[in-house]
Amino acid sequence: MKPFLTIDPTLTRPALLLRLAVIGLILGGAVTLFAWRAGWLNPHTLTQKTVIDTFEKVDGVFPGFRRNHAKGVCFRGYFESNGNAAALSRSGVFLPGRIPVLGRFSFGGGLPYVADAPATVRALAVQFQLPNGEEWRTAMINLPVFPVQNVQQFAEQLVAFAPDPATGKPDPAKIQAFVAAHPATARALPLIQQRPISSGFADTPYYGLNAFTFLGKDGKPTPVRWTMVPEQPFQPSPATAPATLDKNYLFDGLIAAVRAAPQKWRLILTLGQPGDPTNDATITWPDDRPKIDAGTLVVEQIESEAVSPARDMNFDPTILPDGIAVSDDPLLSARSATYSVSFTRREGERKEPSAVTTAETGK
Amino acid sequence: MDTKPRTQFAIQSRLLHWLMAVMILAMLFIGVAMVSSLADYRWLVAIHRPLGIAILILAIIRLINRKLTKLPPFPPTMSPLERRIASSSEKLLYALMIALPLIGWGMLSAGHYPIVMFGAVHLPPILPAHPMLFAILRAAHTVLAYLLFATILAHVGAVLFHTLIVRDRILDRMALWPVRRQKAADPDTKPAE
Repeated sequence: MKPFLTIDPTLTRPALLLRLAVIGLILGGAVTLFAWRAGWLNPHTLTQKTVIDTFEKVDGVFPGFRRNHAKGVCFRGYFESNGNAAALSRSGVFLPGRIPVLGRFSFGGGLPYVADAPATVRALAVQFQLPNGEEWRTAMINLPVFPVQNVQQFAEQLVAFAPDPATGKPDPAKIQAFVAAHPATARALPLIQQRPISSGFADTPYYGLNAFTFLGKDGKPTPVRWTMVPEQPFQPSPATAPATLDKNYLFDGLIAAVRAAPQKWRLILTLGQPGDPTNDATITWPDDRPKIDAGTLVVEQIESEAVSPARDMNFDPTILPDGIAVSDDPLLSARSATYSVSFTRREGERKEPSAVTTAETGK
Repeated sequence: MDTKPRTQFAIQSRLLHWLMAVMILAMLFIGVAMVSSLADYRWLVAIHRPLGIAILILAIIRLINRKLTKLPPFPPTMSPLERRIASSSEKLLYALMIALPLIGWGMLSAGHYPIVMFGAVHLPPILPAHPMLFAILRAAHTVLAYLLFATILAHVGAVLFHTLIVRDRILDRMALWPVRRQKAADPDTKPAE
């Protein structure tokens, strides 16, 4: 029987060892390069996994729930485009007409059973379903600006603003230190804190925050930010949640409002001028920038997470149709990456019942 | 028809081999880099999807080509056990080249993602949206990608061993340029299975 491997008998022992070393170097080099690209050699770098780990450390793990924006309820409806933005973007979203949408209202933070409170960040996520099968997904919040410029600051902020386990409240010294070290946050926080807080989910605007690029038929790029502006008249909220109300009172109010009548928002596009920064979500563009009313988002029906496909949907803001492209804002890639980790983790977990269900309202 | 045993793989087989070698290695490095990169995630994913589908198409073409073309014999220096291992690892490589893109496609379908190639061009879902199915396929995609990388390393290691230590000019069979046979084939050489 032949031996498993034959060695060229003319090779001397040093030559053989040298050749073996060359093979080892090539294979070892390939493995090292792979491990380096995978980030295994520098475990202290901030990655999408460590960002989601930080959420889990701060808020705990609630199996099956989003690691951020954990408490929410879903909806169905449509977007009625008026055609006003068709010259700016070649996307079918902006042709005159109606397309179905699916979406979700939620609170910022990783606590799925947290009690509703006026100051908690409210969010609106929407999936626009284009007739040709393309999709536009966007996740917006009711803050006029974002408190940080990039994901490094975001991760630091998560830790700095986390409640102290001893007091249950954030440590003011840590917040102060973070704000002092980040002038962009120092500029943004007053705008966030002074925003008018509305009585519910239905009478608040939701801001896209990041800049995007609209591409016309000829490929002409326009920097754009968008805001969903409510048609429902603004009603101010008391500073704290009324003690007599249910812990889901804001969600219950939304469900009741949609049951009474479809709730509507106008999609307002703000067009950037050359020189307007597109890579900084902590600032807005000057007030005199042209605005276009592109159409109306109509929320027709609220659905519990248990039955809506929107529960198992990743509202990754980089899922865009042809005609809308990302800008140079570093938050966009970071959001896409971290949402993906949160999605992958929760999809593999057993689903616990959500706090908000449509059946529960009216009690 | 040419009845002499080949000394090299058919020219289209060699072209496919090297083209796909470059694509698959690029794909493995993009894949492993994107899941740990916040800054580059978006554009790496944007390349990963269409490149995966291109690999799937080429892998199917290659499988058909593999069934239709005659293969050069194994070098006489390969023992029967080594030949069996080489044949099995070839089957594994083909299986992974086809399975990985299909799992990626199925995983995005199960995760309710649009399967965007470029611009408005996208593929239809091949599986229903389902959370646990997504999670299983997502995990399988990673595990099988590591297995593919390991199998490629073993393949490269074996070829290097033969080239540098057995010195049987095994690489000539896959060289892109024509290589003339050095000496008559070993009498016990049979076409590879």
